[in-house]
Amino acid sequence: MSAAEERKSLPALIEEAQRLLAICNACRYCEGYCAVFPALQRRLAFPEHDVHYLANLCHNCGACHYACQYAPPHPFDLNFPRTLARVREQTYRKYAWPGAFASLYDRNALAVALASFAGIAFMFLLAAFLSDPARLFQAHPDAKGSFYALIPHGTMVAVFGAVSAFVAVAFTVGIARFWPDMGERLADFVRPSTAAEALHDAFTLHWLDGGEDGQGCRHPDEKPSNARRIYHHLTFYGFLLCFAATSTATVYHYVLGWKAPYPFLSLPVVLGVVGGIGLIVGPLGLMALRRRRDPELAAPEQKGMDEGFLALLVATSVTGLALLFLRETAAMGTLLCLHLGAVLALFLTMPYGKFAHAIYRVAALVRFHLERRRPVAFSLPE
Amino acid sequence: MAAGKSCDVLVLGGGNAALCAALTAREAGASVIVLEVAPRAVRGGNSRHTRNMRTMHDAPLDVLTGAYPEEEYWQDLLKVTGGQTKENLARIAIRETEGNLPWMKSKGVRFQPPLGGTLHLSRTNAFFLGGGKALMNAYYAAAESAGIEIRYETEVVDLDIRDGVFHSATVEQAGERAMIRASAVVAAAGGFESNLEWLREAWGPTADNFLIRGTPYNRGRVLKLFMERGAETLGDPTQGHCVAIDARSPKFDGGIVTRVDAVSLGIVVNADADRFYDEGEDFWPKRYAIWGRLVAGQPGQIAYSIIDSKSMGRFMPPVFPPVQARTLADLAKALTLDPARLERTVADFNAAVRPGTFDHTIFDDCRTEGLAPAKTHWARAIDTPPFYAYPLRPGITFTYLSVVVDESARVRFGGTHSENVFAAGEIMSGNVLGKGYVAGVGMAIGTTFGRIAGREAARHVRG
Repeated sequence: MSAAEERKSLPALIEEAQRLLAICNACRYCEGYCAVFPALQRRLAFPEHDVHYLANLCHNCGACHYACQYAPPHPFDLNFPRTLARVREQTYRKYAWPGAFASLYDRNALAVALASFAGIAFMFLLAAFLSDPARLFQAHPDAKGSFYALIPHGTMVAVFGAVSAFVAVAFTVGIARFWPDMGERLADFVRPSTAAEALHDAFTLHWLDGGEDGQGCRHPDEKPSNARRIYHHLTFYGFLLCFAATSTATVYHYVLGWKAPYPFLSLPVVLGVVGGIGLIVGPLGLMALRRRRDPELAAPEQKGMDEGFLALLVATSVTGLALLFLRETAAMGTLLCLHLGAVLALFLTMPYGKFAHAIYRVAALVRFHLERRRPVAFSLPE
Repeated sequence: MAAGKSCDVLVLGGGNAALCAALTAREAGASVIVLEVAPRAVRGGNSRHTRNMRTMHDAPLDVLTGAYPEEEYWQDLLKVTGGQTKENLARIAIRETEGNLPWMKSKGVRFQPPLGGTLHLSRTNAFFLGGGKALMNAYYAAAESAGIEIRYETEVVDLDIRDGVFHSATVEQAGERAMIRASAVVAAAGGFESNLEWLREAWGPTADNFLIRGTPYNRGRVLKLFMERGAETLGDPTQGHCVAIDARSPKFDGGIVTRVDAVSLGIVVNADADRFYDEGEDFWPKRYAIWGRLVAGQPGQIAYSIIDSKSMGRFMPPVFPPVQARTLADLAKALTLDPARLERTVADFNAAVRPGTFDHTIFDDCRTEGLAPAKTHWARAIDTPPFYAYPLRPGITFTYLSVVVDESARVRFGGTHSENVFAAGEIMSGNVLGKGYVAGVGMAIGTTFGRIAGREAARHVRG
């Protein structure tokens, strides 16, 4: 089956999700596994906005599937993790801004690849335009200030500042539409207590644990394992460390007046190297796990979205580390353009790729913690 | 026939009781082969549809709150069985549950406190995290790592049992027959609930309208072979755990989601649109197990639970949507009932409802007067459209017809208990359950006697 055929239309997918949520609500055996089941058990019906909510609350740990008496070959053919994974992709599309860019999910790996080419080409052109093209391929034995000789600092800040602002606006608009669709007030989204709980769950991957006893999730197969959690932590915290490296460097530049490149034992470089290594090992590990995933749970049509994003993360950190170690050679100019191009592509595709999962996952977690304080709207006899 | 194989303890069946026996025998050092007739994906018999084990405890134990002493457990069992139980075996099943819990955890089974819709059981029943299939997955994983040989899609076609002594089993796998010798055998292959011919033999043609809530693989083959080899049986073949489930459920394997918990909130009528039993006799969790037989006794083995909009959202959501209509006449038409008759039944019921304060969490004072049969609690007029109906049919969970066992789970042949033939689970449940059912007792019997059978079989073999 082709990827296009595998991908169901939104109404058909929502209908399928509603069918299986009704089965789960009548069964309830999985209520101890994660947040999704207590959340669904608060409901008697599942309008589309709640399907999006529950789908984004699901971490795809797989525990429920292996416990499911209605999973294939049962005639009810219930595949909870895969169906919700498909709904999640539809959430990202539905709330993508500008809306026309939602179609980038159709061929997400291609979109990521083209963005990478464009980003890299843009950086080469920028460097060529702003400085002597020949300098791109010359060694800079004295590294001091060499990056900015190719692309001036102000230009870098302008380009990445603009792109970051665009990403922030795109996700803000997405959440500003997603959240009220669920019938929630925007003020509740930023309530500190629930926001803190949601972030705690996200930063610890609390619900990836399928039952909360540290055994880990069912990835890539039935046997509980912490591999996915570890690789995800390496990826996420690697990303954060790289972000911290950039932030420290900004402080160095503007506050202390120190110009990049920085020495090997300086804070930005250490943070960047550690983060960069995490951002190589983590995504490669996640990619390997994804490829070994139980075929019954895998969503093959999402391969491009998942692996495109992971590959771009790896490309970002590989080029960054290469730039660090080869910055005094003739390769510096090329690597600088490759690295900045990859980072540019990463940022540009954030709102139209797998990264979106983080935004809607946190929003769903916030709603979960808001809801669990509320009384259930109906009463069941005990 | 393929070349033979031998082991210390041969376990017939692949559900909870079978795996408890296999793991216990293996712990004691016996070599064990497990024969499961189902494919791996649907292994575990009816255990994959279970959810909890009724567990005795004198103080809070793990996920269990309060205390549930032996005597209270015994009285609960006595009440539902109407005394049709062997007290010595029942008390063993009860007492051992407390020790079962830590043993189960040591095999990888995980427990959870009940959350939604089952809080009334938080004191008496220990819930398996993820339910019975997760429990069976844990047992199978433990069995594999303990070196127990598991053969799926393997059917027992013959047993060499002479004068109550087991010698070997003939099995069939992928059309190949083979003989397996063993020093002891544990029969834990379930009842005959999914053998439609046998059900028909017991119930007559009404059995054709039964649905089987559980696995299609419990065809009673081992039970029948035991009977043919002279094992003594007890129990009425029509007795079993039989509940009223949604008539639209699949013939087999519908499991828990097919339940309809609306009965006590409204009225239940038969194909003649007449009421036939007190819907408010007791709390639904204590009464669900009698409604299967009640519906089985009605014409065409069909009934309809009817409520009005006042009751919507007050019971566990069933998997199938209700039949819905603005008027009772339209509802009757949709159910192919006589509209005038249903209107009259409801009018008679509504006229008999006495004023009261409705409270579904207690025995309230909402009842009928001068109506036969009466509705003794939670009776409210059915007068607020839309009206809703759920069609009901008898849903067999498992049968109680059993081989006779003693306190060591040894099967009795011709008045003497065998030295090397043991039984556990549904196939001997009738020793404890002559009739009736109370939630979680099936797993209590299966786990306790599974462990006893495994221990005794290993002791017979290893000395």
